[in-house]
Amino acid sequence: MNRLRQLYHRLEARGLSEDQRRVIEWELAMAEQTGDPERAHRSGPAPVARSLYSYSDPELFQQGLPSPVLSMVAAQSLDHLLQRDLQREKDGFPRKIRIGKLVKPGRDGDDKVVVIPTTVEEKLIHDRITEEEEGEGGEGEEQGEGGAGEGEEGEVIGEQPVREEQGGGSGAGQGQGGSHELESTVYDLGRILTEQFALPNLRDKGKKRSLTRFAYDLTDRNRGFGQILDKKATLRRVLQTNIALQRIQAGTQVDTHALMISPRDRVYRILSKEKDYESQAVVFFVRDYSGSMAGKPTELVVNQHVLIYAWLSYQYQNQVETRFILHDTEAREVDNFQAYYQMQVAGGTQVASAYRLVNQIVAEEELERDYSIYVFHGTDGDDWDTYGEESLPELEKMLVYASRVGITIAENGLEGTRRSEVEKYLSKSGLLESKKELLRLDVMSKESTEARVIEGIKRLIS
Amino acid sequence: MELISQHAKRIMEGCKERARQAGLRFEDETLEYIVTNRDMLELGPKVMIPTLYDYWVQEVEVLREQGRYELYPNNPYETVINTRPPISYYNDNNPDWLNVMIFYHVIGHIDFFQNNLFFRHTWDYDFTSRALADKRLFAKLRSEKGRWVDYVIEFARTIDNLVGYFDLLAESGQPAGERSMSLLDYYFDIFLQRGPKPAVSTYAREIESYNRMLREYPEDGETRFLKSVTEKHTELEALHARKLKEKKTVGRTDLLRFLMEYSPFLNREENRWMLTVLEVIRSTSLYFQPQIRTKILNEGWASYWHDTLFLGDDRIKGHEVDYAIVNAKVTSMPRVGLNPYALGMRLFQYLEQQADRGRTGLEYFQTADRQERQHFDRATGKGREFIFHLRENSCDSMFINSFIDQDFIDQHRLFVAGKRLNKERMTWQYYVKSRKAADYKQMVADSLYHPPRVEVEVAENNILVLNHVFEGKPLLRDFLQGVMLGVEFLWGSEVQLYTSVPIPIKAGSDSAGQVKEETPKRTIQWKRFRYTMKDRTLSRSLAE
Repeated sequence: MNRLRQLYHRLEARGLSEDQRRVIEWELAMAEQTGDPERAHRSGPAPVARSLYSYSDPELFQQGLPSPVLSMVAAQSLDHLLQRDLQREKDGFPRKIRIGKLVKPGRDGDDKVVVIPTTVEEKLIHDRITEEEEGEGGEGEEQGEGGAGEGEEGEVIGEQPVREEQGGGSGAGQGQGGSHELESTVYDLGRILTEQFALPNLRDKGKKRSLTRFAYDLTDRNRGFGQILDKKATLRRVLQTNIALQRIQAGTQVDTHALMISPRDRVYRILSKEKDYESQAVVFFVRDYSGSMAGKPTELVVNQHVLIYAWLSYQYQNQVETRFILHDTEAREVDNFQAYYQMQVAGGTQVASAYRLVNQIVAEEELERDYSIYVFHGTDGDDWDTYGEESLPELEKMLVYASRVGITIAENGLEGTRRSEVEKYLSKSGLLESKKELLRLDVMSKESTEARVIEGIKRLIS
Repeated sequence: MELISQHAKRIMEGCKERARQAGLRFEDETLEYIVTNRDMLELGPKVMIPTLYDYWVQEVEVLREQGRYELYPNNPYETVINTRPPISYYNDNNPDWLNVMIFYHVIGHIDFFQNNLFFRHTWDYDFTSRALADKRLFAKLRSEKGRWVDYVIEFARTIDNLVGYFDLLAESGQPAGERSMSLLDYYFDIFLQRGPKPAVSTYAREIESYNRMLREYPEDGETRFLKSVTEKHTELEALHARKLKEKKTVGRTDLLRFLMEYSPFLNREENRWMLTVLEVIRSTSLYFQPQIRTKILNEGWASYWHDTLFLGDDRIKGHEVDYAIVNAKVTSMPRVGLNPYALGMRLFQYLEQQADRGRTGLEYFQTADRQERQHFDRATGKGREFIFHLRENSCDSMFINSFIDQDFIDQHRLFVAGKRLNKERMTWQYYVKSRKAADYKQMVADSLYHPPRVEVEVAENNILVLNHVFEGKPLLRDFLQGVMLGVEFLWGSEVQLYTSVPIPIKAGSDSAGQVKEETPKRTIQWKRFRYTMKDRTLSRSLAE
């Protein structure tokens, strides 16, 4: 914590804007409260208000019957449904199937993605009058909920953080149910994305490496001639030949001198061409996991990263390696998607640390020689390094070897509509223009939908 | 799906007997099934009707995130369905005492289905059999028309909340055969009220003169009156005759029926099969209409009875504590939220008490003295009778609007919870907003199911005009495209929808000089817009 404080003072000495100071102090305060963002956010338990019509007999009587909402099962394959949807388009009606909530790859590291085809039935129904941005004037027009119990008029009975407290862990969503999910491999999802949502195919940039390379190895066997005699295999053949010639009888001593050896019995190892499959691409998924990312921004970023991963898997015929990096003021690498998805701290934000780590990994493992390298970074755009003095040099280094760097900014809505630091310094640096082929930026609001996320991917990868 | 064991059935029959003794009335036969999770996969999407028609949307998860319920309440998902005989579903390992409790609850529902007048139109047939016939019909149509059947189902379903449920109710109460309008009715109901601003005074004067005639000439007062008016307005009789000849248009607020009756596209020879699809969708929707309009009453009634009957049942002695735990979950008032079971049950209990002391009549309400009111007790003992009357004649909105009063609110410590932003802590705070009965009533009324009212007419060039009657709420804009597309398809040409859209007004722009408030009061202005769906593209323009 002192370390953070020190960093803050250093930054302060360099001068900070008012907004900056506010965000940093807020994050610091959150970090100081035992680093638990949940606790910091909330003072009393948030009351959960349910609609009148969501109560039902089976649930209340604990009959143990599954809720029908969870039980809707895709009896038909996803392909069939999508086929039907395609036919709709041909018949002149807009598509209706959406690829719904994508719930994390499997818990034990196998890359299963849960795809839930969803749809809405449109009807003419009343809407609420849209609330003002940022909840201003949230009081007043709201009709309110029912309630019962103690409390004077005006007394506060509970609190709920403005941003959903879904972030850490619980974010996996409704997926745990089991039967209603339609499991599909990442590869399939990539195919669906490419085909159904018209994500672009990867353009051949000329430097794409061939799919296979050859190694020469003494693996094949050849009878009669070759480079190295395989003694054990040769002896076996010799015995077979002699048994066939009845020169060896069961139960009697074998006289090795008397054995006949045919030229064809000699088995040699021979040098041969081996196909050596090679991962084609390595993708770095980098995510800001600082306190300000809690909730919706994290969900958006992670959802988008799953989709990008799926798309790349398809494009590279499954030959994709992934690396997951999380950062707050410091960066760390985690093993699997699960950790990547769920981890959350309440520290500050320094983008440069993550970029530095990526550069370091690439340099140490000499990845650029054999791989196409993709870096996707998801953040809410906060950076204590206001002017990108540290981030930009690292980013430039990265652009030398990377095939594509895609930066997603999912706004956390903390500072209203002003542009975030990352966005500001990126556009100021001119990199977005000069390295247009390599660097892409996508900014989305925290209310973005699935469709918007997919739209964002197009922007990042096209 | 298999029937419950003989043992459980015997318990059910015992419950029925006790319920009858308590005054509940229902048909003898009922069916109880054990359902497995696998069965539920099938039943869930079909709203628990095992024979409902197949439709592909049942196979994908319908997006229904939290909160959407408020806007888009779907049909209640229940353990009992209103069929002949009624069918109810159970888990196969419920202990006996729990079964007794659920059985009583179920019997409460069955009694409600079979006696509440809002279910009048479902009494004469068995919905499962009808649904089965419909399902077979769709299957047959699919074999002939292929995927187009599903398109028609889809489009019909987009407007299946705009069916004339109340028209149907009104009709079902009336004797068969159309009653033609008498000249007298025509004079008062239409003739006198035509024109842009009918004067109330004229109307009152005419009524007065009619009554005077009746008083003076008890035998033929009416004829004399009519004679005098026809002399005064010579055109009256001709207008009346024309009115009688006019064909009565159906479905002014029943879009599905209107389309079936008047759509040129649907009435083409090759498209007539679509009418049958629409009819099925419409009748299915009508079947479900009363259920969603009686959620509080129905659940309250069932909870009232399981509570009353269970504790009096001698067969389950020793399980009072188990019962109390489950019952508390079902019928406790949540800190924030609206539990229809709890609210309905409390309201029934409260009204029973009130009626027992004669506090439902004029005499009570005319008692102005607070002290006297508090001790008002006529000991009429009419409590039960009164709530039976309610179960027969009310729906949710009537129940809520008529009977939530301050005494009830105070007794159960109810309040309206508000939600506000605390900028310091970046949290939403829930707080007690009001403990006034009027506010609470308003809040419950606002959360009741209420589909938009859409009036239909045909304008020039065969344009179908849908007029959304303004009730202070906008339509959900995301859905307009899909709905209008469907209606255009079913109508066969251009469709226009008029609706009001709230336009926020920027505060402070014209009030220069005034001190700006901390949070400017949000103001909106309603503007009427016209959405036009033509050739499958939707456009929007200001209608004023």
